[in-house]
Order: sequence, then C-alpha cells, then structure tokens
Amino acid sequence: MLADQDRIFTNLYGVHSPFLDGAKARGDWDGTAGFMANGADWIVTQVKESGLRGRGGAGFPTGLKMSFMPKESDGRPSYLVVNADEGEPGTCKDREIMRHDPHKLVEGCLLAGFAMRAVAAYIYIRGEFYREAENLQRAIDEAYEAGLIGENACGTGYRFDVYVHRGMGAYICGEETALIESLEGKKGQPRLKPPFPANMGVWGCPTTVSNVESIAVIPAILRRGATWFCGIGRPNNAGTKLFCISGHVNKPCTVEEAMSIPLRELIEKHCGGVRGGWDNLLAVIPGGSSVPVLPKHICDDVLMDFDALKAVQSGLGTAAVIVMDKSTDIVKAIARLSKFYMHESCGQCTPCREGTGWMWRVMERLVRGEAEVAEIDLLHEVTKQVEGHTICALGDAAAWPIQGLIRHFRPEVEARIAAYKNAQVQAA
Amino acid sequence: MSGAHAAPFVQPASFEFTPESLELARKHIAKYPQGRQQSAVMPILDIAQRQNGGWLPEAAIRVIGEMLNMPYIRVYEVASFYSMYNLAPVGRHFVQVCTTTPCWLRGSDQVMEACRQTLGVKNGQTTADGQFTLLEVECLGACVNAPMMQIGDDYYEDLDADSTKAILEDLKAGRAPAPGPRVERQFSAPEGGPTTLKETA
Repeated sequence: MLADQDRIFTNLYGVHSPFLDGAKARGDWDGTAGFMANGADWIVTQVKESGLRGRGGAGFPTGLKMSFMPKESDGRPSYLVVNADEGEPGTCKDREIMRHDPHKLVEGCLLAGFAMRAVAAYIYIRGEFYREAENLQRAIDEAYEAGLIGENACGTGYRFDVYVHRGMGAYICGEETALIESLEGKKGQPRLKPPFPANMGVWGCPTTVSNVESIAVIPAILRRGATWFCGIGRPNNAGTKLFCISGHVNKPCTVEEAMSIPLRELIEKHCGGVRGGWDNLLAVIPGGSSVPVLPKHICDDVLMDFDALKAVQSGLGTAAVIVMDKSTDIVKAIARLSKFYMHESCGQCTPCREGTGWMWRVMERLVRGEAEVAEIDLLHEVTKQVEGHTICALGDAAAWPIQGLIRHFRPEVEARIAAYKNAQVQAA
Repeated sequence: MSGAHAAPFVQPASFEFTPESLELARKHIAKYPQGRQQSAVMPILDIAQRQNGGWLPEAAIRVIGEMLNMPYIRVYEVASFYSMYNLAPVGRHFVQVCTTTPCWLRGSDQVMEACRQTLGVKNGQTTADGQFTLLEVECLGACVNAPMMQIGDDYYEDLDADSTKAILEDLKAGRAPAPGPRVERQFSAPEGGPTTLKETA
C-alpha cells in the first residue's frame, strides 16, 4: 500500500482547510518561483521524466503534450485549458481536488502554463459542480490577492491569469475540442482534427487541454522529483492515482493509491471488500463507463494501470471502478449506460446520433430477452460500424460497453432470450 | 431540461437585467480576450436564469444576444443544447435524481420512488404549488456517494428512501437540510473512517 508520505492529495477528505492557509501548511506554493527560474523547458523535462500520463482517460504522456506547444509566439497568445468537466459515469476524483485541495490545481496551472508559455489558464468545470466552483474561485482569488498569480506571478515578473468557466450540463464537453467550442460560447460539438489544439485551439490560438488531476500533480512532481514519481507503479505506468470505487462494495470511496495496485487489493483494503465477499463478485468496469466490463476471473489478479487493463481488452480510463456483485442484472447495467450515451450524443455525426439510440433500443429488448439470438451478432456488428466512424470518441465509448458485455456475458444474454421464448410458448 | 413536456406557460414580453446582474455579466465578459465576448454567453445565460427564478424566457435570450452582439439563434442554440438551461418554468426546489449505472446499482430506483411518493409528481413534473420539480438526470459525478440527488446547487448523497423523504419533508416545511452524505462518513472517505491519511486527519 502507498505510504501516506507519498500521497499528493493530503486533504482529499476535506478534513483541513482547502484554502490558502491550509494549502501552505500542506506545502503548496513552496518554492514555486524557483521552479520557474529553472525555465520552461526544465519543467517540461521534469514532467516527461516523471512518466506522468494524462489522468483524463486517454493516458497520453503529459510532458510530451506540453512540448507540442510553440516555443515562440507568432503573435498569437497560448492558452492552457483545464478539463474539469468531470462526467464519465463512475468518476468523481477531480471534484475532490477542486473542493478540498484547489490550490494544487491553481499552482499546477501556473507551472504548466508557464512551461508552455501560456498567458492564462481557463478551468472548464462542469456546471453541476457549483459548490466546487465556489471553492476553486475562492482559491484563485486568494492566489491573486497573495501575488501568486496575476501581473507578477510569485514575484517572477511572469504575468499569468487563471479563470473559471462553468459548463452547463453536457457530457460531450469533456471531449477537448467540444470543450473549446463551448469555451468560445457555442454548442459543444467536437471539431475535426487536424488542426490540433496545440496549433489552433481556443480563439484560434495554440491551446493544450489537460485533465485536473494531471495538472494538479505537477507541483508535487517538481517538488519531490521526477524520479520519486516514476518510482511508484510499474514502468510506463508511473505515479500515484486517484481511484473512485463505486457500486457493490461495502464502503465505496475515493482514494489515492499507487498506480498498478491489484484491483482486488484496492477493493479489499479501502472499500471493505465486495458486498457478500470476493466470491460474490460478478464483474467490474475498471475505468469509467466507457471501458469494457471485466468478469470476475479477470478481476482476480488484474493490475490497475494503463497497460495491464489494455492487455485484457479494457482500459484504465479515469480509474473509476464500478463494482457489480452477483445480484446485478448485468444486461440492464450496460443498457443503462447505452441510454446515457444516447442522451449525451451531440448529434453531429450520423453513426453516433442514430447508432446510440439504435443500440439502446436493442439493449432494452435484450434486458427482457425479447430478441433473436442472431440480433446479438447484429448488435455487435453495429457497434463496430459506430466505433471509429465519428469525429470524437463518444461513438467508441458507446460501443465498448456493449462489446464488453457480448464478449464476456453472451451466455447470459442468450439464456435470457431462451427464457423469454419459453415463457411465450407456455403462455400460448 | 427540455420544455417539451412542461405545462403550458406564458413567455414574458420583456426581460431586464438588474444592476447587480449586469455588474456580474460585465465581470464575466472581462475574463475573455477583447472581441471574444461571445465566450461569456454561458455564464450570462446562467445569470439571467438565476435572476428569473430558475428558467430562461425567450426575452432574456434576445437581450443577451443584443448584449453580446450575437444573433438570437446563436444564443438560443446554446440555451437549448445544454441541459442546465431551463426553457420552461421549474419549481422553487429543482430536484434532480441521478439514475445512471453507479447510482442505479446502489438504489436510485428507491430514491426516485421516494421522490414520487413524497412530492406526488412523476418524472419531469412540477408540483401544483410550484414548489418542486422532479427530474431524472444523467451522472452528476458523485458516484462513490451513490445514490444521490441535486437540489438547487447542493448535492445530497448516500441516500435511501427514508433519508430522501426526510430531505424533501424538510424543504416542504421551509427548513434547509444540510447537504452531503446521509451515512457516517467524511465526504468521499470510506464509511466509518478513512483507510489512508489517518495521521493527518
């Protein structure tokens, strides 16, 4: 188990003040100017060497992403945009950072923003997180007041602004180009790439969009060293990670653990185990609703990191672990996710707009067993026609849970169809 | 919230921002670069909605278009795209129950049923006295505190049928129930006490 002294988010549970006095007592804003004096490239190098991979789902190396930003301006300013539109079902980690440790994010904005020569950070927070936005805004106001950001950030002569932009209820705005559109005051519909945001992002300017947790851990990496961060977890899967464990465990919680912790250990150490014991486990969705479900036999020894979960045809995603015990109607659990994606499709691409509704309607019939066995294959075929054929990954995210269900629970679906047919025959 | 199933209502002929709202709107516009005032359309729609008792009349959308130099349709498409803009009146207490899978696994069906019983309305309806609107919504991002509901700006978490009823009865009686978990836990820490950060706690 990760030792407390290796934990970054030491006010995860809001026991202490989230604001400047508490943050400074936890070590935030200590030596910030010194890191900036080492130069922008030094910060990018440290982040690269730490092995930090993006915490928003895709797992792209954060330092590499930062290095895509122009080193010299062609006259356009550069921007850092923080994706705080946390909405992937199962995920509630960034919420804890923003309401209980917001200065980690604000300091991270300054350091990451400085490293990519940005003039400002815009933190796009989901609209429902109203109280979280209040805490975050208060932390920003405090940082301005204390001269930590603003005209002369930390006394370095560097001007850097941090703003909060509240979303208003659209899952799709968690997609980086939809988020940029939304920040420009438009409907949140994803853009075709290229051009990539690093060349042409918000207001036509170079932009990097990063997850809250990715940005909030950067000050700790600079303070304790890339080697420290890289030494936690397996190679290529470095660092500590916030895990959110929901569903059928005795004590659901959010907890910071070492990357690559075994799933079973995570659940048994921090969540009081699966309801009814480990053998009562049916399945786990290991990384938020978009990633394919895993049956118990894989959960027995799988590690919680990018590469281990990819190897079992799922993903770490946002590290939101949704646990289902044997009382779960697994078809209904996945059908409910299909309804979610149908609701959240922005409607721009036909395969997603039409496909998500189509897949949900078939899923609803499969819940009742009111279908032909051949329709399972047809459904799978349709998921393949949606996947990879849309501008953004929402189509993929709608397809994968169904593919996971068919891959691991096809006998359950078939049994349900048989039972329904049987009942029809008996009633006749 | 889509206005499609709402009861008939009258669109006010005009809308005017209060001086306080205007001041707030100017602060939001100042966050964005010169000439990019359209970026402030989302916060300003929210300011209008809050000033207007929780919903956005068409007249407000027109006023905002003029304020930001945007065609009406560009403001309207933003107002109709995002689920938190209400294009029809809602109750004083807007009760939004999350029913996505993590909440459903832990009993959001019972929370919805308790809401229906206590309020006497179905999903999407407003009580006759205009005090409560009930709506089933998608994931609100508090999954380790499931099941949960949002009322106004606050989250009520770790609910069951009884605690849901108690919260609604408090609101009916004019009391202000404290937000947060309804079981013994510190925010998102495990129930009964954290397994980490014990020394700093």
